[in-house]
Amino acid sequence: MSTLDMHPLRIRRARRWKEELIRLALLSCALLSVLTTLGIVVVLLNESIGFFRHVSPWEFLTGTTWTPLLEPRHFGVLPLVCGSLMVMVGAAVVAIPTGVLTAVYLSEYASQRARSIIKPILEILAGIPTVVYGYFALTFVTPLLRKIIPGTEVFNAASASIVVGIMVLPMVASLCDDAFRAVPRSLRQGGYAMGATKFEVAMQVVLPAALSGVLASFILALSRAVGETMATTIAAGGTPRITANPLQSIQTMAAYIVQISLGDTPHGSVEYQTLFAVGLVLFSITLLMNVIAHRVLRRFQEVYE
Amino acid sequence: MSAEASSLGVMDRQQALRLKQRRARGAAFARLCWGFTWLAVLVLLVLLHHVSREGLPWLSLKFLESFPSRRPAAAGIKSALAGTLWMISFTALLAIPVGVAAAIYLEEYSRKGRLSRFIEVNIANLAGVPSIVYGLLGLTLFVRLAHLGHSVLAGSMTMTILILPVVIIASREAIRAVPSSIRQAAFALGATRWQTVSQHVLPAAIPGILTGVILAMSRAIGETAPLIMIGALTYVAFVPAGPADEFTVLPIQIFNWISRPQEAFHGLAAAGIVVLLIVLLLMNSVAVFIRHRFEGRTKW
Repeated sequence: MSTLDMHPLRIRRARRWKEELIRLALLSCALLSVLTTLGIVVVLLNESIGFFRHVSPWEFLTGTTWTPLLEPRHFGVLPLVCGSLMVMVGAAVVAIPTGVLTAVYLSEYASQRARSIIKPILEILAGIPTVVYGYFALTFVTPLLRKIIPGTEVFNAASASIVVGIMVLPMVASLCDDAFRAVPRSLRQGGYAMGATKFEVAMQVVLPAALSGVLASFILALSRAVGETMATTIAAGGTPRITANPLQSIQTMAAYIVQISLGDTPHGSVEYQTLFAVGLVLFSITLLMNVIAHRVLRRFQEVYE
Repeated sequence: MSAEASSLGVMDRQQALRLKQRRARGAAFARLCWGFTWLAVLVLLVLLHHVSREGLPWLSLKFLESFPSRRPAAAGIKSALAGTLWMISFTALLAIPVGVAAAIYLEEYSRKGRLSRFIEVNIANLAGVPSIVYGLLGLTLFVRLAHLGHSVLAGSMTMTILILPVVIIASREAIRAVPSSIRQAAFALGATRWQTVSQHVLPAAIPGILTGVILAMSRAIGETAPLIMIGALTYVAFVPAGPADEFTVLPIQIFNWISRPQEAFHGLAAAGIVVLLIVLLLMNSVAVFIRHRFEGRTKW
């Protein structure tokens, strides 16, 4: 029976069923993202619980020695956390001033033509794979650093921090640019009408008005820096230690995870479980930063009509 | 009277001086912004120059057609290129339908209630999860629980989960850009929601979706860490014949060469990077081309 012979009511009913099925299929695709989050949490917790049967959480979170592969074994995660934080701070020093000033230039000073050149270049910088940045750090930045500061080790935190900073710079620049451009023109014109210079308008009108977006961009970029894997694995070294000297070899959380999974670690061993325990710490830190960033965006956003 | 006039004159001079200072400060700041912006551009140029100077001498047709080898002169990226192609094809096959479907649901179907708000926040947070964590997820779910081993399929599924947030966010933007008058016109003619979406909204949104999808794919091509986690091999001397085979990808091959101490392998790594960057640049240009081609064309 073709649809033409069908009673209109039946057509409608068939259509409604089909519509409902499609809606459910689409919904399940959307729910997949929720499932992913759930999966991450369950997987990380599950293996970490096994780990915490061997090592007390207190020792893990407060211990200052990380030697999971060497006797006597110590499972204090702080050296790895410090390594990641050090790279984060270094990246912030590079990316935040450069990113903000670039964004100010793009939104306040640049001609349409300069914008149309610089924007794609930032996109290219953002699209370069992390392994390439790692190579750049090891074969260009590190030799340069060693020439300038002779005592620098072959693997060092500074070199990794610099390239991670370059890596997250486009993120800071484009998010800040968006935030600056969302500030209505009338606010700027108000400033100019009072006789303010461009610099004064940028610093005293635009920047405060866009502050929530600017802060959020910092946090998002830094959370990217904390989790950065390849550049730190390649350039920062594999020595977990708590140090304030960026010219020494360190190890980040992500780099440790890569190091272990490159070796042959039997499933179920404590070494294998450390992957997930360290992963859990990393995930918690970045999740916290992301949640804060989105909160900042929403809470302090100025709404202009 | 005259004292007043002269004090006014002094004020003017002071004001003029201050104005000069303020203008000078403004000009200095403008130069500072300009300088930092072009510094970023300069860094890109230095990076590209360094990579090509180190890599081009190693780049040849033979480099593309050889398997990796212990002798640098004989080494190539055949298996890595093939693996990347396999991995990205399956990732596209999985990620595009699911991602676009999720975007359609969120833009066209969901009521702006708690559930959709929750899903949105969730996707935003997923986009911020470090890639290595996705590697841990893939290792447990696909390699161990699903017994897929270190296969192309396990890699593609891990990569799919990794880039889904990106695909969803980009597709949503493209769908949102379709004006609601199109939808209302379709509804007014008696079309159902799915008819409206599939025959009117989606075709109009496809250029935007395509641009986002290509950028997401180029992210997947450059990812290294999650594939190391799921055990994509660092030394592969064969071309995978199917989705169940073991594989390696270009970034992992590059990483493998970087981590060797011999200088020659660093040259090979640079050559691999040149190939990788050319692939990514091509994909980016296609995305930009599509964006430009369709941007001016549709007038609402």
